[in-house]
Amino acid sequence: MEIPYAVKPRPDTGVYNAKLGMWLFLASEVMLFGGLFSAYILLRVGAPEGTWTQGLLDIRLGTINTVILAFSAVTTLLAWAACKVRDFGKFKMWHGLTILLALVFLGIKSYEYRDKFSHFQIRKADGTYVDGHIAGSKYVDAAGQEREIHHGFRGKTFTEGEKEFTLASVTLNGYEAETLKEINQPERGHKHEHKDITVPAAEIKKIGNYGPAHNTFTAIYFTMTGLHALHILGGVLVIAYFWGPGSKMWHTEPDRFTNRIEVSGLFWHFVDLVWIFLFPILYLT
Amino acid sequence: MQATHAASHADVHHDHDHDLGFWRKYVFSIDHKVIGIQYGLTALAFLLFGFFLMLMMRWQIAKPGQPIPIVGPLLEAVLGQVAAKGIMSPDLYNSFGAMHGTIMVFLAIVPLASGAFGNYLVPLQVGANDMAFPRLNMVSYQFYFFGGIIMFASFFIPGGAAQAGWTSYAPLSLAIPTDGQTFWLLGMVFLITSSLLGSANIIVTIVQLRAPGLTWMRLPFFVWAQFVASFLLLLAFPPLEAAGIMQLMDKVAGTSMFLPSGLAVGGPLDNVSGGGSPLLWQHLFWFLAHPEVYVLILPAMGIISEIIANNTRKPLWGYRSLVYASLGLGFMSFIVWAHHMYLTGMGTVIATFFQTTTMIISIPSVIILTCLLISLWGGSIRFNTPMLFSLAFLPMFGIGGLTGLPLGFSASDIHLHDTYYVIAHFHYVVAPGTIFALFAGIYFWYPKLTGRMMNEFWGKVHFWLSFVFMNLIFQPMFAQGMAGMLRRMSDGGANYATSVLAKSGVEVTGSLSDMIIRLNNYILWAAVGLALAQIPFIINLFWSIKNGQKVKNDNPWDATTLEWQTPTPPPHGNFLKEPSVYRGPYEYSPLGGKGSDFLPQTEPEGVAQTSSTKH
Amino acid sequence: MDDLKPSDLGSYTRRCFYVFFAVICGTALMVAASLSPISSSGLRISLILVIAAVNATLVATFLMHIVTEKRFVLVVLAFTAIFFVALIGLSSYAQHDVPAIVAPR
Repeated sequence: MEIPYAVKPRPDTGVYNAKLGMWLFLASEVMLFGGLFSAYILLRVGAPEGTWTQGLLDIRLGTINTVILAFSAVTTLLAWAACKVRDFGKFKMWHGLTILLALVFLGIKSYEYRDKFSHFQIRKADGTYVDGHIAGSKYVDAAGQEREIHHGFRGKTFTEGEKEFTLASVTLNGYEAETLKEINQPERGHKHEHKDITVPAAEIKKIGNYGPAHNTFTAIYFTMTGLHALHILGGVLVIAYFWGPGSKMWHTEPDRFTNRIEVSGLFWHFVDLVWIFLFPILYLT
Repeated sequence: MQATHAASHADVHHDHDHDLGFWRKYVFSIDHKVIGIQYGLTALAFLLFGFFLMLMMRWQIAKPGQPIPIVGPLLEAVLGQVAAKGIMSPDLYNSFGAMHGTIMVFLAIVPLASGAFGNYLVPLQVGANDMAFPRLNMVSYQFYFFGGIIMFASFFIPGGAAQAGWTSYAPLSLAIPTDGQTFWLLGMVFLITSSLLGSANIIVTIVQLRAPGLTWMRLPFFVWAQFVASFLLLLAFPPLEAAGIMQLMDKVAGTSMFLPSGLAVGGPLDNVSGGGSPLLWQHLFWFLAHPEVYVLILPAMGIISEIIANNTRKPLWGYRSLVYASLGLGFMSFIVWAHHMYLTGMGTVIATFFQTTTMIISIPSVIILTCLLISLWGGSIRFNTPMLFSLAFLPMFGIGGLTGLPLGFSASDIHLHDTYYVIAHFHYVVAPGTIFALFAGIYFWYPKLTGRMMNEFWGKVHFWLSFVFMNLIFQPMFAQGMAGMLRRMSDGGANYATSVLAKSGVEVTGSLSDMIIRLNNYILWAAVGLALAQIPFIINLFWSIKNGQKVKNDNPWDATTLEWQTPTPPPHGNFLKEPSVYRGPYEYSPLGGKGSDFLPQTEPEGVAQTSSTKH
Repeated sequence: MDDLKPSDLGSYTRRCFYVFFAVICGTALMVAASLSPISSSGLRISLILVIAAVNATLVATFLMHIVTEKRFVLVVLAFTAIFFVALIGLSSYAQHDVPAIVAPR
């Protein structure tokens, strides 16, 4: 039993099944990110004064990732073109490059994530803020024995074996600020002077890193880029399959294989398309 | 030589189908018909389950604080403290209410209408040998099944199932500390993924796999209805998936995308950053949930039109109008969603916009209903069970639709919002509307699935009892709603009853009269009656598989569309030879018919007539 | 894009790289706009988004071959675009259009 138009396009519609299916899927993806973009807008315009973070993300890394994805969009297309002109070697080369670029993208993204998780903000009891990367934290146990954690923070208390350690102080490499607005929306061109600031536990009202729970900007940042990264991951897994074990089909059904490369390429371009919008709204504005 | 080759080839296929074994044939099947039946049985089970949840709630509403008879002890044994002494606690009531809505919409009716009927009938009616992506089809059923399992399992986790209503409005859904909501969100992500895959599959099947000669305007209206409904699922569901992921982040990762600043629930929520937008959830939710109404109703209309054309023995009146109306309905349904949100402090400009679009969308609905009504005119109607259900659909959907108009205007909606009037309105659309259509469809296509008819007498018993009790249940709710009784009250409004308030010496204007409260009692017994009325159906459904009257041929209803041109039941691959289509879908009582009063779509001979020219 | 002859490969590859360089230039312009001394944030953001839209259009048109895509696909995408705009536009407008709070007399 053969499903018609699985490889050859249907004459009156001009497309084969998988291609139409992928376009429909992409249409639904447009709406998925549409929901997220409207969330971004509503959260941004509805954010209380001074709480929407701007300029937090590293524009250099964002730009590099944009270029990488744009280039991988080209290599995907050339891999398909190589299939179309029956040049399997070129296909292997271009799609190998696509996979490599995707992995670099994910690497840079995870470096950025890690950076945010080691970036802390302290609200002090007097209502002012200390903001910066964690330099270290000090803990004491009941016997008065001190423990120092370099470049780390393990919560208000932690237990190790029998001993319970309580937070004594936290040192951030950063700056002090009177209001959230100074931190989140600094004057354009203004650079905060960074130095090590140690805050005793007694003065800490609230401490947390720039994870998703920090504020609505980091929430939507992690949600959007996380979902996008999942798309990259899914896409690269499929592409890697076609590059590796799945490429056996080339020798039996080259037309069908070429279609697969075209359809997965469409998905890959869509992922690039989403990033083209994510980059400016998260990094640049 | 070539013929022998083809024959042996066919034999290989034949053997192949029989060699699949139990698991590949019935559980991990990629045959659209088996998947359709899987969808159907699962969805019917959920339909019954969702109905039982409501039956228990109706007891609590009518007799607040009294132990539920028969199932009360069972409930206590399974769920523990929330059903202590067999009495439904308010928390349990909230859980059941939320899950009744969720199960009925996402696990019962949509899977039955789109999953079961769509899967089984669309490839048959377009003359295809399967769906365009058979494996994807299997996967979408599995996603649906897992989503259902997650939803069902959430009843038994500590704290019970989600309690914030099927709409899951934030911040309520986030302020409830139990894990039910997390399960709900996870389940929804699975269900939405299933819907997306399924709907893309249906669309590709309709566009790509139509048989030769089956042009767009020769498609049965059922296929058109599935086509539009699939587009609604495809494009309206993703924003809710995004919203579901965001609420999951709020619930699990501690973000506050839907939690506003300064929110206090039994003390300020200190651990959240605030700054979120509760209205954002409502926008994204209703962006799906309004088109979802049409996902519920369009396939029902499709089923009804097939049955009406068949049993009036004449072409549908205004086939083209039906098609264009359903396309218009689909388009408009995307831009009416905020009429669910008039009470959120919406400005007049945007409210006017949504009132206008809401009034406009009633036009295509009325066109469809009118076409179906006029189709009855002058027909020699066969009043069999599927036809009875179809005929009942028309006024029931009419009541449901017309009572929606006052809700579409912000002025009247502000009084009626969140009352039992709303419940009555949308249940008239979905329960005696869509569910009746689904029953009609089951009675109508049952002989294609099994080769036997369902019992006609018990079918009629099922119909008349269901028809009477449905109306007895929902009609009083209009009165209750207009009197101001709010939905989602676990005591059925007793706290606002005039007599109760008078006893405590409080005088409140607009309190609920005893008559209004007493209606709860009538509704309870009508609901019990409706439950009993389903027994003949359930028995009939299973009994007839083996014992029903055998069909006289492959086309027992003398129908024209392609699914009746297959063997009964259709084998894997459906058609014995690829069908060719020569005419429109409803050529009943044709001019110059040769002895029979219908011309199947595959019949090349006979005077061609288009369904829209002869009325 | 259904046909690609071996003889066209060179020009096709060149076209892909033109699009790539255009996207790179667009990205550079976006970054420049974001760092520029334009003081009105509304103007700056609009400028950046317009460039992003141009970039996206380039990718969709040439790399995804929308320019040669079939009618049915284009119709679907057009409707998707309408609903996308409706979702974002109407929800944003609703957020903005709220009745002013007036003290009771």
